[in-house]
Parts: sequence; C-alpha cells; structure tokens
Amino acid sequence: MAPDITEPLVELIRSTSTDLSPDVEQALRLARDREEPGSAARQALESILQNVELSRKTGRPICQDTGTPIFYVWHPPGWSQRELRRQIENAVRSATQRAYLRPNAVAALSGKNSGDNTGIDFPTMHFEEWNRDYLHVGLMLKGGGSENCGATYSIPSAEFEADRDLSGVRKAVLDAAFKAQGFGCAPGVLGVGIGGDRATGMIKAKEQLFRPIHDENPDPALAAMEKQLCREINELGIGPMGFGGRTTVLVVKLAELHRLPASFFVSIAYMCWADRRKFMNIRNGRAEIELL
Amino acid sequence: MSIKLTVPIEEKKIRELRIGDSVLLTGVIYTARDAAHKYMKENFIARPCPPAEEPVYQVLRRGLAGGVIYHCGPVVRKLPAKGTGAERYEFVAAGPTTSIREEPYEADIIRHFGVRAVIGKGGMGPRTLAACQECGAVYLHAIGGAATLIAETVTEVRNVYKLEFGVPEALWEIRVEDFPCVVTMDSHGQSLHARIEEASRRKLAELLTR
Repeated sequence: MAPDITEPLVELIRSTSTDLSPDVEQALRLARDREEPGSAARQALESILQNVELSRKTGRPICQDTGTPIFYVWHPPGWSQRELRRQIENAVRSATQRAYLRPNAVAALSGKNSGDNTGIDFPTMHFEEWNRDYLHVGLMLKGGGSENCGATYSIPSAEFEADRDLSGVRKAVLDAAFKAQGFGCAPGVLGVGIGGDRATGMIKAKEQLFRPIHDENPDPALAAMEKQLCREINELGIGPMGFGGRTTVLVVKLAELHRLPASFFVSIAYMCWADRRKFMNIRNGRAEIELL
Repeated sequence: MSIKLTVPIEEKKIRELRIGDSVLLTGVIYTARDAAHKYMKENFIARPCPPAEEPVYQVLRRGLAGGVIYHCGPVVRKLPAKGTGAERYEFVAAGPTTSIREEPYEADIIRHFGVRAVIGKGGMGPRTLAACQECGAVYLHAIGGAATLIAETVTEVRNVYKLEFGVPEALWEIRVEDFPCVVTMDSHGQSLHARIEEASRRKLAELLTR
C-alpha cells in the first residue's frame, strides 16, 4: 500500500501560497531600503512587505493569481508515479476548495474554467527517481503576469549584434528585461536556460527559479555574468512595479544545457517578486518544509 | 499625502490628478477582466443590447457612470448562507491583473459608460490614454501581489454578474474603503509607463554598446 501523502501536499501548497520564503523576504527588505524615501517605488515595496506579513498571519494567498502549480518529485525506487500523480491532483483540488489556490485551469479554446485546478497537463508534474530513502517534493506557483514576460531568443542575432557566446546571451537577457518593464510584478527573478531546444531550454530556465536567492553558480563565468546582469538590468531603472527605481530585478540565475549545432536558444523565464517556491521532505511518515 | 476619491467621481476631481499622485479610493466598484471586457464590447457597444443582457446592462449603466473598473480576478470564499438570502462571498485575495490585455476595449468602455477610473497593473496604451484625456478619466495602478492587503479594503461583496465566466472572470460588484493606488496615467495625456519605457530604452541602447 503506497503511503497517502495528500495532506502533507496540501500543507505544502498552503505554505507556498501564503508564506513567503525567508530568502525572498530578506531580498525585498534590502531592495526597499535602497529606494528613495517617499518615492512610489519605496511605497510599493512597503505595501508588498506589509502584504507578506498579513498573508502569513491570516493564511491567505500572497497573490490572487496562484498560478500554475509546478511540482517536482524526487522519490526512492519503488514509489508509484501514477499514485503520486493522483494524490497531487487531489491535493490541488482540496487546496482550491480551501481557497489556498484560485481555480486557474481554463480550457484553452472554450475558456471554460475547470473549477478545481485540474485539466489537460494541469497541474505540471515532473518525477525523478533518486537513491535517497526519502521523498523530496518541490512546488512552484508561477503566475500568468510573470509567465507572459518570458521569452525565447535565437542567437546569432543581427538585430542585437549578438554572437553565440556569453556576451550574446547577455544581450538577449537585457532585451527581455527591458521588454518586460514592470509587467511581471518587478522586482522579479530571471531564470535563463542557455541551449537546449525550445521546450527543454524553457524548462531549465524555470528550474533556475527554485534556486536560493543567494546561491553561487558553480561555474565561475556564469556566476560573474549573473551578477553583471543583475547590476545592469537594475541600471535600466524600471523599478518596482515599473514605477521607476533602483531595483528592477532581485537576482538572475543562468544554466547551460547541451544543444544542437544548428540551434542556440536563450530561454528566459520571468518570475515575480514573490518567487513562490518551497520544498518538502517526507521521511518515515513525517513531512517537513525546508527553509530556503 | 494621499488624495481621497469617492465613487461617483466628478470630472473636476479627475482633472486635478497628476501622474505620481497617491490615491485612496472609496465606494462601489466593478471588477472586469478579459471575458467581461469582450462581453461588454460585444453586447453593449458593438450592437443594441440583447434582451437577455438588459438587466446586467442597467446595473453597469448606473454603476459605471462616474464609476470605476478594477482589473482583477479574485480568490473568493463562499460565506455560510444567511437564511434564504442570496449566495454571499468574501474576497480573500484581490490584487490587480495586467491591464494591457484590455487595451482593445477600454477606450470604448470609458466613453460609453462614463468611467472615471480604471485600476490595474502595468498601465495601458495610447487609445486608453486618449480616452482619459477626452472624457476625464485616469488609470490607477494598484500594487501587484498585495492581494491580501487589497482584499482587506473590500468591505462588502454586494453582487456578482456573469459567474458563468468563472470566478476570476466574473463581474464582481464590491464596496471598497481606502483602496490604495497611484495615478500612472492622467487625464492630461501623461503616462508614467511611457516615461519609464523611454528612459529605460535609452539606457538599454547604452548597455548594448558597452
């Protein structure tokens, strides 16, 4: 009999939706302190931080767009993915009934809302078997406003004079950040997939959004470019909500993947200031949420 | 210092507002997103109102005259029914959605109904800016993701229309008190979004040549 982890999954959803990760909250506080007192940018970040506290206290969603629930499950050998899939769907339905999630699954052509956050390929689930003896579940809630700001570029590009190198990648990311303006609820987090195909590149980009805000990229060249891009995007001055200000992006995370000789995609995933993601470990029937 | 606005709003009050002004809004307002905008254009503006939609049309004609549209798809909770009364709801999370999607519709809606303010996120385009200047309306930017904070300013969910569009897309009639927002498009042709875009475009050009 496979263990029933539906309730811990509902708790993971509740926590991800209502309780901001400490690493993100710290980054937002620093951003708030950097803005000019009395400015619209500073006021926006004050309101955001007030909202974060209120959501945590009342158990209400940080944002009304609870987004696409994206689950990553690492499991020991022997767990049934079909059973896990079923439990995840039930957890999502239950969380929707309890108003931790807004019903967000809409049939593409008819526009009909399924009412319970399930539908064709909704929610998103990835499964990976690993050699540890416990279950590790990651959940990201990625909203529509930020999702609409993502983009895929191809290099080389005559338009940007971008070559197939890290400097070309930089130009694509700068352009995407400019085009996003404040639409994705800046100050956001950018995840970038360098290489892959149109699908895998964007999946890799979104996976970067799971990373702790202050982690260091093990590749020194990418680590340096992450910092440079963060600095340069902030020089654009778009600011929180696009009101104009010093912080347009909290952090930029890059990752490479192998590609075809003929294609060089730069896939950019834009995540809002909330960067809602959490991990939970389930071992010996006990579930514990990790602090990032 | 925040400027207090109360629905119905007079044109004179709107013309006094400038981009960057902080506003606290009080009164009965209506949420409307993609489905509702398309519905309003198709049923009330593009052709004479079909008989079936007459009741909703009358509500909106009264409610939007000097009134406010809020681009929002809320998270709502149904409240326990009081006796034999109608369904009652509570707004749990109610931050703004990205407004630019309604650009094809908004100018006509402002003109037709006499809307004085549109609340949303990210601003709108030149057609809406022109209608604001022509009719005396403003775009008010709410804080994206301050969903719980904004839901606290909703003191009553009075009614919901077109619930068949789904909870996020229905027309919710709500009373708000001191809803905080910032004027980012005024009735004098000024848009903070256009200014920021222009300034950041110049900066981008400089960064790309480094």
